[in-house]
Amino acid sequence: MTHRDLTILVIDENAIRASIIEEGLREAGHRKVTVIHEVHGVARIVETLRPDVIVIDIENPNRDMMEHLFQLTRTVGRPIAMFVDRSDTASIEAAVEAGVSAYVVDGLKKERVKPILDMAVSRFNAFSRLQRELADAKSALEERKLVERAKGILMKMRGLSEEEAFTLLRQTAMNEKKKISEIAQSVVTAAGLLIR
Amino acid sequence: MNALTDIEKFKGEKLSPGDALPAPASIGHPGSRTIRAGFIPLVDAAVLIASAEFGFAEREGITLELVKDVSWANVRDRLAFRQFDIAHMLSPMPVAAMLGLGSNPSPVITPFSLGRGGNAITLSTRLYRRMQDEGTLGGREDALANATALAAVIRKAQAAGEPPLTLGVTYPFSSHNYEFRYWLAAGGIDPDRDVKLMVVPPPMTSDALAAGAIDGFCVGAPWNMVASELGVGRIVATKQDIWPSAPEKVVGMRPEWAETHPETVSRLIVALDRAARWADAPENRDILADVLADERYVAAPADIIRRVLAGEFTIDPEGNRRVIDDYFVFHSGFANVPRPSQALWTYSQMVRWGQAPFSDERLAASVSAYRPDLYRRALGADAAPADADTGPRGATPDDRFLDGHVFDPGRMEDYIESFAIRATGRSQLPIEDG
Repeated sequence: MTHRDLTILVIDENAIRASIIEEGLREAGHRKVTVIHEVHGVARIVETLRPDVIVIDIENPNRDMMEHLFQLTRTVGRPIAMFVDRSDTASIEAAVEAGVSAYVVDGLKKERVKPILDMAVSRFNAFSRLQRELADAKSALEERKLVERAKGILMKMRGLSEEEAFTLLRQTAMNEKKKISEIAQSVVTAAGLLIR
Repeated sequence: MNALTDIEKFKGEKLSPGDALPAPASIGHPGSRTIRAGFIPLVDAAVLIASAEFGFAEREGITLELVKDVSWANVRDRLAFRQFDIAHMLSPMPVAAMLGLGSNPSPVITPFSLGRGGNAITLSTRLYRRMQDEGTLGGREDALANATALAAVIRKAQAAGEPPLTLGVTYPFSSHNYEFRYWLAAGGIDPDRDVKLMVVPPPMTSDALAAGAIDGFCVGAPWNMVASELGVGRIVATKQDIWPSAPEKVVGMRPEWAETHPETVSRLIVALDRAARWADAPENRDILADVLADERYVAAPADIIRRVLAGEFTIDPEGNRRVIDDYFVFHSGFANVPRPSQALWTYSQMVRWGQAPFSDERLAASVSAYRPDLYRRALGADAAPADADTGPRGATPDDRFLDGHVFDPGRMEDYIESFAIRATGRSQLPIEDG
C-alpha cells in the first residue's frame, strides 16, 4: 500500500474549518478526501469509504460514538489506532492542543500520515487565530464606541472639551489601575442610573 | 500565594489519627500546586466541583482548575497528553486503560472514587406502553419485572419481523454500558443479538428519544430526569436496582504523575474527602444544586438537580414519583474507597461481553488500576475497611444484584460462566450509529 492514494475522512461540524482543511489536503496532492459535517450515519460511511485516516474535531461530543465504532471495528479485524506514533509526544500534544484528533489505520507508514496531521494541526491553529483576531477586532471596536459614549457624557455633564474628557478618563483609569474601557463602562452605567 | 504560608496551613491541619501525611514538599522541590482537572458536565462531578467552589482544595494549598469537556475520549486523551493532571472519569476507564483497551490506551490509576449512584435506565414512553400491554408489570416499580416485560415485547417484535430496538449508552467502557447490559440480560435479553446498542452523548439523549432515533438509554444524572420531565421517557430501572454499591465515577490520573507528586496527590485526596463529606450532608444539598446548575458546570435547571440529588424521581410524564434512598452517595459507606473488587467486577463484565479475554495477567492489570494504598496514605489506615476486598459482593440484603448473583472476586471465571447470557466465543456484534 505504499503508493496508493490515502483515503481521508474529515469530520467537522464547522463547515468553514472543514473546507480549509480539505483545501490543504488537496493542495498537498490528496485526491480521496471526504468531508462530512455531522456524525449521523458515520458507521455506514466508514464501512463503505474504508478511510485510512480520519480527522475529527476534538470539540465534537460524538467522539465517544466514534470510539465505540472503532472498538467494534477492531474486533472485526480492521485495527484503527489513534495517532501515528505514540513516541512522538510533542506532535501529539500539538494536535490535542490545537483541537485535532485523528484516527489512523494501524500499520500505515508514519512518513505518509505525519504530514497530513501536521497540516491539519496548522490549519486548525490558523483557523482559531483568525477567530481570535476577529473577536479582538470586534471588542476593540466595542471599546472605542464605549469610550466615545463616555466622553460625550462627560462633555455634556461637566462641560469639558473632548480632549479634557478623554484625559479625565485616562487619568482615572491610571489612578485606579484599570483599563480605560472599564472606566468608560462605569461612566456609561452611572449615567444610565442617574439620568432618566 | 505564599508557598510557606500554605505549608504552615497544611501542617496545622489535623487529618487522620495515626497516619501522618508525608512531609510537605521541600522548598527546593515544590509539589505542583495548581491542578488542572477535566470533567464532563454531570451531577456526579459534584465532589470535584465542590472542592473547587467551596474552599476545600484551597484549604489544602491547591488551586483546582476545572476544565469542562465534551467527550470521554477527549478526557482520556487530554489526561494522557498532560493537558489535564487529573480527570473525572467513568469507573471502567482506568481498568480499560490498564488493559490496553480503546483507541488510545495509556496508563491511568484512580486513588479516589467520586461516589455511587446517579445512573438510571429510561425507555421511550411509546415502548413502555407496549410493556404495560403485556400485563405483567402490576403497577410496581420493579426493575426486573420491567426487564422481563421488555423481553416479551422484543420477542413479539422479532416474531412480527420488526427492526430491533436501538438503545443508547455513553461510552464502550462505561458503567452505563455494563449496567444496561446487566439489566437486559437479567430479563432474558441478549444485548448483542436482540437489540442494537449505540453511543449517544448524554445531553442529546432526550432529543434522540423524542425523535425516535433511540428507544431507550442508560446515562447518569440529570438526563433521565430531564427526559422524564419532557414527557418523552419512562424510567424503568436505577443503579440501586441493578447493584446498589456499583462504582460510578472516579478521579483518574497518570501513574507517573502520582509518583512524582505524592504530596499533591495526598492533599488532593484530603480536599476531596472533605468535599465529599460536605456534599453528603442534606443541609448542603440546596447550595450544591445551585452551583452544579451553573452554566460553567452541568448547565441544567437547579430544581431538577435538587430533586436528582434527593433521589426524588418523576418517573413518567404523568408525574408519578418514586423516592430512592441514597440515590446519590458522595461519601458514606466508604463510597470514596477505590476498591480493587470494583475493578475486578468491571473486568468480569468486560470478559462477559467479549471486550477482553480472561487471563491472570489481565486480572492483575485490572486490580492495579485501583489504588486504595494512595487513599489510605492520605487519610489514614482506618479510612478504608481492611477487609473491604476479600469477601464476596452482593451477598447481603442491602447490596443485592438485580438477578441475585453473588460476585466472589476470588472466583472470577466461575462468576462469568454463571451467566446464562454472555458473549461466548464471539466478539461483540457491530453497533450501528443510527
